[in-house]
Amino acid sequence: MRRSRAYGHRGGWAAWAFLAPVTLYLLAFYAYPLYRNVELSLREYTVRSFVQGGAPFAGLDNYAKILSDPTFGPALLHTVVFTLASLAFQFTIGMALAVFFHQHFPLSGTLRALFLVPWLLPLIVSASTWSWMLNSDAGVVNAALGAAGIGPVNWLTSPDWSLASVIIANIWIGIPFNLVVLYSGLQAIPGTLYEAASLDGATGWQRFWRITFPLLRPVSAITLLLGLIYTLKVFDIIWIMTRGGPTDSSTTFATWSYRLGFGNLLPAFGPGAAVGNLLIVMALVFGLIYIRIQRRQYA
Amino acid sequence: MKRAVMTAVGLALTAVMLFPVYWMINVSFTRDQNMRADPPHLFPVDGTIEGYRAVLDQQLPYLGTSLLVGLGTVALTVVLAAPAGYALAKLRPVGGGALSFVLLIAQMIPGIIMAMGFYAIYLNLGVLNSVPGLILADSTIAVPFGVLIFTAFMSGIPDELMQAAVVDGAGRLRTFWSVVLPVSRNAIVTVSLFAFLWAWSDFIFASTLDGGGDHQPITLGIYQYIGNNNQQWNAIMATAVVASIPATILLIIAQRYVAAGVTAGAIKD
Repeated sequence: MRRSRAYGHRGGWAAWAFLAPVTLYLLAFYAYPLYRNVELSLREYTVRSFVQGGAPFAGLDNYAKILSDPTFGPALLHTVVFTLASLAFQFTIGMALAVFFHQHFPLSGTLRALFLVPWLLPLIVSASTWSWMLNSDAGVVNAALGAAGIGPVNWLTSPDWSLASVIIANIWIGIPFNLVVLYSGLQAIPGTLYEAASLDGATGWQRFWRITFPLLRPVSAITLLLGLIYTLKVFDIIWIMTRGGPTDSSTTFATWSYRLGFGNLLPAFGPGAAVGNLLIVMALVFGLIYIRIQRRQYA
Repeated sequence: MKRAVMTAVGLALTAVMLFPVYWMINVSFTRDQNMRADPPHLFPVDGTIEGYRAVLDQQLPYLGTSLLVGLGTVALTVVLAAPAGYALAKLRPVGGGALSFVLLIAQMIPGIIMAMGFYAIYLNLGVLNSVPGLILADSTIAVPFGVLIFTAFMSGIPDELMQAAVVDGAGRLRTFWSVVLPVSRNAIVTVSLFAFLWAWSDFIFASTLDGGGDHQPITLGIYQYIGNNNQQWNAIMATAVVASIPATILLIIAQRYVAAGVTAGAIKD
């Protein structure tokens, strides 16, 4: 980044006057809600004390409660599987498509733009469309499978398939992001490298593994890490498609936290906030790794 | 010849990718009695606009609320983020780096956690189920991103431009208003576009903070449809189609801003 010496001298009240609104905003609408969330997780709240205050301090009781909850193990496993499976497929497919569209054929720009559509749609639109497509009796997916001689799959209602279903929908939503970012990374690779490789008789496969893949490593690392942070907090798709069910078979930390706090008639805000805070810790760990890598690359 | 083959493959891939979108449109025109036909009708022959009539009858207030929330979020986001971007890019105060770091971290906080904190605060303040409350919460998705985009864009503005203004006797505020903002039009468009889209698509804040309000956004309209009348899938999908219109318009008229926004977060510092 360019330093602007002549115009802006460092420091100065004027600069902070411009920054004051956003700073106050961050304190009031980021720091304070987060503080309230930590506070929620450390107290024994009932509906009454939630409204009127005066909930007794409970220390780490809520955390102990969720760690020993039978949902904890499955939720952790599903969060990990959901994240890793989504990332692996989104990234591989996104990479393949980026390389494909990088060849510049007629209509390539238009088609690449159309690939953005799934990413721009409201998640509730995508999730409800997939719900209907994966419907056991009337869904188009089972109709297609039936035509191929494969028996109907209870995508959303069987505990064996619910997690796979939400992963499939999430992969579909995540492909555009991977495609666009990796494509912009490809554009930064000098074309002369490929020409030289062609002259040396390299095949397309070799060109990918020897040139594209190594040179794209920094962009790939950032794409994967951002994808990881985004995927950890996916909530809408799972909640709308399966509500984390049946019997917790697609519950992740995000949906579990929501269900504890808002999904039942008797809300359990303390444990809900505790699950949320665990999720935040996971996101921040990867967030800090992301920032470290990014700093190193663009320093 | 080879290029024609590639275009054909590209068309096929795009068709597969967009099939769910097509299916949503197809189902939105399908008659109730054909909804469970086996095999499903691939084209809406003998279609109906019943679903869209239901949208007109029942969903217009939801769409209005979403529009209001979206525009409010855009206004709040730009007003907060543009001056901050200017300060971080051009005035570079002590502590600016720390603030940028906080903004990066803020983007990584899961929405469900913000929602729970906001719920507790709004309940005590008595502003649950209000449109301004929802605008404020939705803006938290867009403000850190907005500052990031404005900073990246404004650091590319030549200093000479601003020096000229200072020579002419303009103060910082005037320079910002009449020099920096006008040349930052692209950044304003990108930030506004994403702020609107995110606010329009938001479900988590709407369902937690506005679940019992008189003015609910379209995402809740769809959600209640799914919950209440499981059978009327043409109406559900018609609402989904209508809810997708802003995204489609934005993609058509502002495609380059969209691509710029997607990559800016990942690539630029």
